[in-house]
Amino acid sequence: MTRKQRRLVLIGSGMAVLAVAVALMLNAFRDSIVFFNSPSDVVEKHVPAGTRIRLGGLVKNGSVVRDSNLSVRFEVTDGKNGIAVNYQGVLPDLFREGQGVVAEGALDPAGMFKADSILAKHDETYMPKEVADALKRSGHWKDDYGRQAGTPAGAGAK
Amino acid sequence: MIAELGHYALMLALGLALIQGTMPIVGTRTNDPVLMSIAAPTALAQFAFVAMAFTALAICYVISDFSVENVYQNSNSQMPLIYRLTSIWGNHEGSMMLWVSILTFFGALVAVFGNNLPVVLKAHALAVQAWIAAAFHLFILMTSNPFVRIPQAPFEGQDLNPILQDPGLAFHPPLLYLGYVGFSIAFSFAIAALLEGRIDAAWARWVRPWVLGAWMCLTVGIAGGSYWAYYTLGWGGFWFWDPVENASLMPWLAGTALLHSAVVMEKRGALKIWTILLAILTFSLSLIGTFLVRSGVLTSVHTFANDPMRGVFILAILVVFIGGALALYGWRAPLLKQGGLFAPISREGALVFNNLFLTTACASVFIGTLYPLALEALTGAKISVGAPFFNATFGPLFIPLMVVMPFGPLMGWKRGDLLGAAQRLLVAAILAAFAMAAAFALEQGGPVLAPFGAGVAVFVMAGAVTDIAERTLVLRLPFRAALQRAIGLPRSAWGTAFAHFGLGVTLLGIVAATAWGSERIAEMKVGDNLDIAHYRVTFAGLFGRQGPNYHDVVGRFIVHRMNGDLIGVMEPSRRSFPTRNMTTTEAALMTRGVSQLYLSLGDPMQNGNVAVRLYFKPQVLLIWLGAALMFAGGALSLSDRRLRVGAPQPAKAKAALRPAG
Repeated sequence: MTRKQRRLVLIGSGMAVLAVAVALMLNAFRDSIVFFNSPSDVVEKHVPAGTRIRLGGLVKNGSVVRDSNLSVRFEVTDGKNGIAVNYQGVLPDLFREGQGVVAEGALDPAGMFKADSILAKHDETYMPKEVADALKRSGHWKDDYGRQAGTPAGAGAK
Repeated sequence: MIAELGHYALMLALGLALIQGTMPIVGTRTNDPVLMSIAAPTALAQFAFVAMAFTALAICYVISDFSVENVYQNSNSQMPLIYRLTSIWGNHEGSMMLWVSILTFFGALVAVFGNNLPVVLKAHALAVQAWIAAAFHLFILMTSNPFVRIPQAPFEGQDLNPILQDPGLAFHPPLLYLGYVGFSIAFSFAIAALLEGRIDAAWARWVRPWVLGAWMCLTVGIAGGSYWAYYTLGWGGFWFWDPVENASLMPWLAGTALLHSAVVMEKRGALKIWTILLAILTFSLSLIGTFLVRSGVLTSVHTFANDPMRGVFILAILVVFIGGALALYGWRAPLLKQGGLFAPISREGALVFNNLFLTTACASVFIGTLYPLALEALTGAKISVGAPFFNATFGPLFIPLMVVMPFGPLMGWKRGDLLGAAQRLLVAAILAAFAMAAAFALEQGGPVLAPFGAGVAVFVMAGAVTDIAERTLVLRLPFRAALQRAIGLPRSAWGTAFAHFGLGVTLLGIVAATAWGSERIAEMKVGDNLDIAHYRVTFAGLFGRQGPNYHDVVGRFIVHRMNGDLIGVMEPSRRSFPTRNMTTTEAALMTRGVSQLYLSLGDPMQNGNVAVRLYFKPQVLLIWLGAALMFAGGALSLSDRRLRVGAPQPAKAKAALRPAG
């Protein structure tokens, strides 16, 4: 083979691999992206039941009910709207009433959010950025949260 | 006083970096050997001053000087000494100090060991190294000064984030930084070659040890971080496709590609321009990783503080260095001469295949990591791209790489014999098929692809053994002769085999632990049993325990085999830290061979019951054992005489050059 032909083989195979990769990525983007929504988003956009989303907001004070079998119910609120969430399993260390939380799962036809994972990405001084933004938009951003989130001591838990 | 000394030393280091970054360049332009030779001593002096600054910060931590704000915010006099020391880099400012310390340390190493380098190349490389250092010195001094004082010193510090109070913090960040920053040497050499407009195979020989060393550190740094996350986060995952993890995986992938393309360049003089580009990209990805983790665009345990100024500053560093390097590349790369022809089926061809898939896999991780950020910046929509995306893209790109991997070392340079290689891999393929069948028969459940993954892993491992067997002729020669050959093999051949074998081991661990593990989540009262795999775990009660700066609520669990044999006790706990009003989960691990039982506690309930998560993770330790093997492979290869920095040329070449008579 001449130098030119060899180079063509090289470039051709490179393009082929790239094309496969692009196809894989587009396919994966279609299937596996999860949108973040606040409770108000869920209400306003009429997120259909069964669509996987991330629901973020504050755990409403006094809303946490623990049933048998490690099942937990609580309400996620952004001050304007609230969504009831059901989760079965062990809650993260940092899950607390009045604190930010992100739940991943889907609404069931009855309007209950079935979470299969709960992220509480914060410590006592920090809350998830998505949640903070959502709260700001709904006008329920508490000033003390803003101050706390601004202090440099905070490190969020993964 | 000590803090001020540190601050002052850092400023001096900046000054030295500026000198080191300009004078040698002037020297190369005016052909002035004195100006060029300034580079090495200033690199050493710069390192000395940065080391002084770092030591000053360390002293402030050791003596708990809470008048220094950084110490006040991240340390506590009650913490054990080891955590007071590791707190140095358990925060933003200190971790940047660690970054520049390692950066200037590498610069000093080049200055000391680079005696055999051409003067111009060395001057250029050290100057580029100094630009990077100057940018980061400036970043620390302007936005992240760790030496800032508090006018009225508090009596006690605020403690380190409890999640970071772990021996892992002593190893994970320094090793990761050794990897990230180690790639800066390859970057500097690449820029130096472009500035000079000349490059040859020897360039690859000078650069490869640095790449190899950085790659080794990054490998164990990532693996260590993965093990740390595994035992500390309480739910037994070892890789989360979290953006900060991806930030370390991308330079690893690009660095692995660089390692392999540098072999082609060194041996065959081919792929020069590509290798230069990879060297630039690898360090660029390290910088992007630093940006992602340090700028606060992502929130995770690695994000210490959100200060927009810092993000903008790092972004500027990023743009200048990556943009500048790529622009220089576009301008100067066409000047470099290509060389070395090879057929598509050859050792070079296999290494090109490796590079193609590694960089594409790296690109898929890059897009998956940055797409959510770009989308949020452009449209405001918040999305998360998680494990499903990466499993669907990274997996299919990595598996072909693993399948082809054993063929590479068995092929000849220039023109390879695919059929011959396939014949020699027949035994490995049979073993792989056997493993696949066994996995299929023995393990009910789990994804259908899992036995296939196990088969590929066995093929890779058996392929690495085949390579060594073929080279030593162990099955054809008498044992003693084969042993002689084994000793005589270049260390780099052993290194390749070890590293490839290690990758197979890691893959096997990942497949087994994710596909065939089991999980039980339950609420237990005292005396309850929980069965998993072939073990029975009995809850014996809760008790309290006081630590130096925390209080533990410990659950005591007795582990039996199903047939009643007592195996041991597991004591997971919930640890509360009063200074930060924070609770962490301390999981208990019980190692059985290379498998592990994993037990973590949830919130204790009012009635004295506990919620527990119990996992059986088969072969999970193989994941990290494989990384250790890759490290060992790198170390063997690094000890190869050919690559030793400053090693004289091979005796044969010298003999050939000696005039006759």
